Amino acid sequence: MTDPVLATYGLTKRFGAVTACDGVNLDLRAGEIHAVIGPNGAGKTTLIQQICGTLSPDAGRIEFLGHDVTATGAQARARAGLARTFQISALAMDDTVLQNATLGALGARGGAFGMLRKALDDNNLRSVAMAALDRVGLADLATMRTAELSHGQRRQLEVAVALALAPRAFVMDEPMAGMGAEGSHRMTAFLDGLRAEAPILLVEHDMDAVFALADRLSVLVYGKIIATGTRDEIRADRAVRKAYLGEDA
Amino acid sequence: MSREGLINAALLAGLVAIPLWAWAGDEPFTITLATRVAILALAGVGLNIALGLGGLVSLGHAAFFGIGGYAMGILASHAQAYDPIMESPILIEGTKLMPVIWIIAIVAAALAAVVIGALSLRTSGVYFIMITLAFGQMFYFFSISWPAYGGEDGLSIYLRNDFPGLNTLDPIQFFAICMVLLLLALWFNARLAQSPFGLALGAARQAPRRVETVGLSPFRLRLVAFVISGAITGLAGALFADLNRFVSPAMFSWQTSGEIIVLIILGGVGRLCGPVAGAALFITLEHFLGELSEFWHIYLGLLLLAVVLFARGGIIGLLAGRAATHD
Repeated sequence: MTDPVLATYGLTKRFGAVTACDGVNLDLRAGEIHAVIGPNGAGKTTLIQQICGTLSPDAGRIEFLGHDVTATGAQARARAGLARTFQISALAMDDTVLQNATLGALGARGGAFGMLRKALDDNNLRSVAMAALDRVGLADLATMRTAELSHGQRRQLEVAVALALAPRAFVMDEPMAGMGAEGSHRMTAFLDGLRAEAPILLVEHDMDAVFALADRLSVLVYGKIIATGTRDEIRADRAVRKAYLGEDA
Repeated sequence: MSREGLINAALLAGLVAIPLWAWAGDEPFTITLATRVAILALAGVGLNIALGLGGLVSLGHAAFFGIGGYAMGILASHAQAYDPIMESPILIEGTKLMPVIWIIAIVAAALAAVVIGALSLRTSGVYFIMITLAFGQMFYFFSISWPAYGGEDGLSIYLRNDFPGLNTLDPIQFFAICMVLLLLALWFNARLAQSPFGLALGAARQAPRRVETVGLSPFRLRLVAFVISGAITGLAGALFADLNRFVSPAMFSWQTSGEIIVLIILGGVGRLCGPVAGAALFITLEHFLGELSEFWHIYLGLLLLAVVLFARGGIIGLLAGRAATHD
């Protein structure tokens, strides 16, 4: 077996008496979509924040591309190739769609260098940004103000910014949140193709999407992973059915 | 050209035309007023880079304005007394040459901005406002208690400093110098806003989490913006001192910081020519209302209230509508 792209070992985070993340072992392998599901308050966001470096764990270790990144910050992990999309869109609302995508391209370049040239006259930046927009289907809206985008389009732009980074792995926090059925289908089809490019750690509430996409699933309940396995294994798991699907099995 | 572009062009053309007209009519006082407008606008352009583009509400820009002023005052006072600033280990003499004074003012203000910014930018919101205010006040009280350079009384310069090939004591020529520097700063600001750096800085204002997740440091972007901002305001301070041929701790006072913010709010925060429109309005009010009443600030306050409540984009926003997105 090849080394995982991203892995956590015994990741633990406590907030006072609450253990939001309890010895989590998780790995993301090349070419896969690994979904993390769990009821509300299970600690999914806490887990993502630790993986992406905006929250430091109390115990445990995070490895990315074979390096221990536990002590490095969010920016360093992003530069190393870890791209994150947010549950609630974090975009520059007054800027155009293209400017937001260009920010991703600047990240890929490693810095916002240049004070006198126009960013959008830079053909390299522009083509990276436009290519990313094109892939998520926003190329026609490139000159629109981001605030004028629909909710679903903002979700697509989130993904485009991450694409422009040309990352080694994606961490996506509910990319389908608040999308209509059609948008959700399109995003599902898109993510399906994306896994060959870079593996995706997917936190998602939309179970149709999760079961359509995930190669493996991990179920998080009260900060603990109670099961990891393929779709069929998770469907059949008694503990999962009890804790998560709310069935008395 | 966009509507805002036309308004900006008209505004700048007016700022050039009025002193030319006053020059033809031999009214030097009007030229001096226009020079004040240009210099305050330049200070405002500096702050607007931090405030408008970076979203950094600095209430301590008087520190940079004053540093520029004292850089001029110290250099020129030593030069006029033929008394070197320092003899050992190396000889440093004063100078009356504007370009040298400007460079020293810019470098000194930038260095101060590195230190103030590095400490202040660890905070945000109200704490940032308070900590920048505190730094400004430190400089204010330091200048008051520094007798070598006039202390509370300030420092007078007998003759305006020199610029090669020009007679700087001629009001219209000194105005031309200030106006050219203002135009250069505006040009730089316009380029900066659309550059990769400006794009990232603007994003750091609107969505700092996003900037972090593409691997860029909001702190570093803001610090660079703060230093550029301070440097430009420092240059304005040197010109302001040269205009008055006088430097005093008042340049460091928090009222000065407040005035620079007020004129940006009046003109339009983050708008390229907001500081120009604001400075023009500010000086006009100061001149005409100041004749009517000693308490003209009351009217300024009412106007500021009206702008904040009813015209958030300031004068430029009122005339040109919402800011265009650059593409």
